[in-house]
Parts: sequence; C-alpha cells; structure tokens
Amino acid sequence: MSWLKKIFNTGIRTEGGQKKAVPEGLWTKCAVCNAVLYRAELERNQEVCPKCDHHMRLGGRRRLQHFLDEEPRVEIAMNIEPVDALKFKDQKKYKDRITAAQKSTAEKDALIAMMGNVKGVPLVAAAFEFRFMGGSMGSVVGEKFVRCVDTAIEHNIPFVCFSASGGARMQEALFSLMQMAKTSAALAKLRKRGLPFISVLTDPTMGGVSASLAMLGDINVAEPKALIGFAGPRVIEQTVRQTLPEGFQRSEFLLEHGAVDMIIDRRNMRDDLAGILSALTHQATPV
Amino acid sequence: MNLNFLDFEQPIAELEAKIEELRYVGDDTEVNISEEISRLQEKSKALTESIFANLNAWQISQLARHPQRPYTFDYVNHIFTDFYELHGDRTFADDNAIVGGIARLESKPVMIIGQQKGRDTTEKIRRNFGMPRPEGYRKAMRLMELAERFKLPLLTFIDTPGAYPGIDAEERGQSEAIARNLLVMSQLKTPIICTVIGEGGSGGALAIGVGDRLMMLQYSTYSVISPEGCSSILWKSADNAAEAAEAMGITSKRLKELGLVDQIVPEPLGGAHRDVKSMALNLKNALLENLEYLEGMPLDKLLDQRYQRHMNFGNYNET
Repeated sequence: MSWLKKIFNTGIRTEGGQKKAVPEGLWTKCAVCNAVLYRAELERNQEVCPKCDHHMRLGGRRRLQHFLDEEPRVEIAMNIEPVDALKFKDQKKYKDRITAAQKSTAEKDALIAMMGNVKGVPLVAAAFEFRFMGGSMGSVVGEKFVRCVDTAIEHNIPFVCFSASGGARMQEALFSLMQMAKTSAALAKLRKRGLPFISVLTDPTMGGVSASLAMLGDINVAEPKALIGFAGPRVIEQTVRQTLPEGFQRSEFLLEHGAVDMIIDRRNMRDDLAGILSALTHQATPV
Repeated sequence: MNLNFLDFEQPIAELEAKIEELRYVGDDTEVNISEEISRLQEKSKALTESIFANLNAWQISQLARHPQRPYTFDYVNHIFTDFYELHGDRTFADDNAIVGGIARLESKPVMIIGQQKGRDTTEKIRRNFGMPRPEGYRKAMRLMELAERFKLPLLTFIDTPGAYPGIDAEERGQSEAIARNLLVMSQLKTPIICTVIGEGGSGGALAIGVGDRLMMLQYSTYSVISPEGCSSILWKSADNAAEAAEAMGITSKRLKELGLVDQIVPEPLGGAHRDVKSMALNLKNALLENLEYLEGMPLDKLLDQRYQRHMNFGNYNET
C-alpha cells in the first residue's frame, strides 16, 4: 500500500471525540437557519423551528397525537401487515426491507389511521410515516386508506389524510400502481355520500400518492414549503435540461398555480381544520 | 445490423437477408431455387418460434417499444369506421400525445381514447413521444364524460412511457389531472375496456386505465416505473434494467398470473408489427366479445363490479 493510500483510504473521516461532550439528542440544529434548538422544545413545537418556522418532517403517529384530541382515539386496521407476494429482490430483498423498516419505525407499514375528534369534531384521520420506506404506497397503505373511507362512511364523519410519500412502492410493482386506482375509487364513494375529505400535503408528497389520493381533497391543504409534485425535480431537470425555477414544486408554487386551497402552519392545523370541517358538516364552531 | 430487428432477433434477420439474396439471384438466373427459399423460410419461421417462445421480460419490453409497433391510430384505422377525432381540453390546449374521438365498432358507436406516439422525428416531437401533459388527461376526461352522457362504451388504448415530467406539466397540475381521471373513471356510467397496446408506463398509463376490463397485447408491458427508472433507484445504476424488468413482472403473462390483467390478446408470430392486420383482427374480436358481455350487464351491477375489482387489488396479511 502506498503512503498516499494510507492517508486517503480510511473512508469518510469525521471529527470524533470532543463532539460527544453533549449528551446525544438533547440539541438539534435547524437545517434552514442553523439555529441550535433544544430537542424537548422542538418536540413541543411539533418539529417546527421556533426561530425560522421551518417545518421539519413529523412522524405519522406523532402527527396524529398532535392533531387529535386526547380522547377518544381508536386506531383503524392496525393489524394489517405487508407481504412480499412477488418475492421482489433488488440489491436487498423486499422482505428484509420490510423487517428493517418495521424495526426502525415500530410501525407495520407507512400509514397510521385513527378515529377520533379534533376540537370535538369527530373524524377519521390518517397520516403517512415517511420513515417507513419513504412513505411509499403499497397494498397495506391502499387497504388501510380504504378502511378509513369505510369507517368514515359507517360513522357518517369526515376524513383527513396527511400525506408524506415518495410515491408508489416499487417493490410491489403493479400492485402498488393499482393502489392509486383503489384509493381514488374509494374517495369517489366518499364523495357520493357527501362526506368531506381534506387532504393535507406535507413534505414530501410525490408520484403516485400525489397523483391519486393526495390531490383529490375536497379541500387541499399544504404545509409551508413542502415539496409536492408528480415527477421528482431531478427527473424533470434531466428531461428538460433546464435549471428549475426557484421554489419550484413547493407549497407556495402550488398555491400560486391553483393546485391547493391554502397553506396552513402546522401549529394552526387543529384550529383551522376544525373550523373548516365543522362548517362543512354544519356543526357549531368549535371553541 | 438490420434495424427492423431487435438484437435478440438478429439470427432471424440474417436468415431473412439470405432469403432476400437468393430471391435476387433467382430473378437473374434460370436455376430454380424456390425450393431452397421455401426451406429457408421454414427455418426462419421455426427459429422465430423458438426465440419468441422464451422471451424474457427485458426483451418483451423492447418489443413493446419497437419503433414499428402499431400505435393507437393504426388500430383506429384497422378496427373502427367513421372515426371523428375530438380535440382539446377546453381550458388550455390540445395535447397530441393523447388522442380520442367517436367511432363505430362494427355498427356500434363507441368512444375511443388512446396515447399516440409518433413514427418519424417530426411526429415524435409533435406527439411528445407519447408522454401526455395535464391538458391531455383533461381532454381524456372530457371525452369520458361525453361517453357517459351519450351512453357510448369507452375503449382506451394505453401506450406511453409515462406522463410528461416537465416544468409546464407540473405548473398545470399533472398530479391532479391524473388523480381526477382515476376518480372519474371509477364511477363512469358506461362500460370501459382498457387495453395496453405497447408501453404501460405508470400513473401516466393508469390515468386512462381504470375500467371494467384490462386487456394486454401479448408483448406489451405494464409497470409502476420503467425498468430503467427502477434500476437507477434501487440498484443506483441504469445498467440493471433487465433485472428490474424481471423483478417487477411487467409482462402480460406474469400480470395475468397475478390476477391484475383479465385477458391477453395474442400477437402474430414475431410481434404485432410483423402483421398489423391480423393483430388488429385479434384485438377487434377481443373488444367485441368483452363489450357484448359488459353491455349485457345492468349498469349498477357493472359499477359495483368495477368498484369491487379495484378493492381486490393488493396483498396483505391481517392478524
């Protein structure tokens, strides 16, 4: 081994040692304004930077915990698990990817759903878990979504879904594409029953999820500066060989182009959605 | 290399070249070589049969994208009469990557919608390589609603690499345009038969692909992402497209086995482009047969079945 290699082949070199002086996870840095934030305070603030209002990603279960009233909460279809019907294998087996994702997130798949109230207004609420294979939609997500619609119809209550997804789950191939049709068909049924569906698009909502359930809200809401679109920005850049305009495919861009009704700060989500839903279902304004 | 043949077909191409050569010689001389020619033709046919009996997913996806493969308008010309093309989404533009209109199948009036690719460079560009923009999907939706209003069965022909990934397409709401079609088609009060005739590329294909029957031509493909796209995401390299094609099971045979496709329409030996007329006839018969069945069904039952069909898609365990 040459002396040069000896110096450079150690892989990625990081500064070790001193950094560990602060207990891990006590402090977080905001990726946008670089402010050093106290972890507990950030959590209380629903993962929104108190300095610059940057909306960081929020896990599906925590999202529902922040959004719903504490009581009552009934989880929907919590025992549905993915299966690898195609025996799909790329560099890793799909089966192993499922196991790893279940372990790291403690969820069975990428959608979590509950029946509950928001400021006293009863509803079904679902939220994607982006950390579970990029929030990708496969058979379990599709089926859970349909169960949400069925529950909403059964109890004659509205449905709110927070999406955060890279799109369809490739490892389930055409089955995942068909979930777009499945979820859209279910929403058509919900519409016929006259029950509201509010779609909240959070960072990121792309591909097959954006091109089905997420864009089919009676009211489409976005969180500030979320990436929302059909094709990924890199694919578009490679196709059109142009630099993408500033703010392209961000919530504000979508609002300007008429694709979403409004942008709501996460900390106002409960108040605003309770206000909208109570009006659509002719209930008194929640206090 | 003969460009009319794909690389795995080159042995056939060589034989065909030899036959042509002999024919040329035969014209010139007194010697009777017709026996030799017909012997070689037999051999070529047998060779084609053996190659086509064992095609892998990647080879089939090359056939689905064959430059000579029949496109929507080829089938319109061969199968239907009295075709009147309808243009525009009434809002922004007319998208040439999706075409549609009123036509007759035998004597029965129908509505046709299909993606259209171009044959030569100019037309390829005009058709945007079969990649629709939102206005294309919105035109399609307009025609779907027309079909419902005038009780015309809807026949769609899927052949696209995918919805166009462009800045303008995003600005005008590509996602919403696709999503809305899925919703509308799931409840459209008229029979819908969807046929994949070439490439079924992801959401851009599905946006005209929700219906009562899904058929695939034998050497067409249907997938959630292109093999190249899948390869570059999951293998982090574009070189594993063949593996990706196999893993995703994008062929008619595999998708029929998985219960996602209702019917395979057989192609002539060597693929649809080798004999467009007989391909069109096979497709016409399949359309007539399915249409007769679907039209015999009461509308509410038809819609229930369509809904149930889509609810059944998926694999999961419930404990």
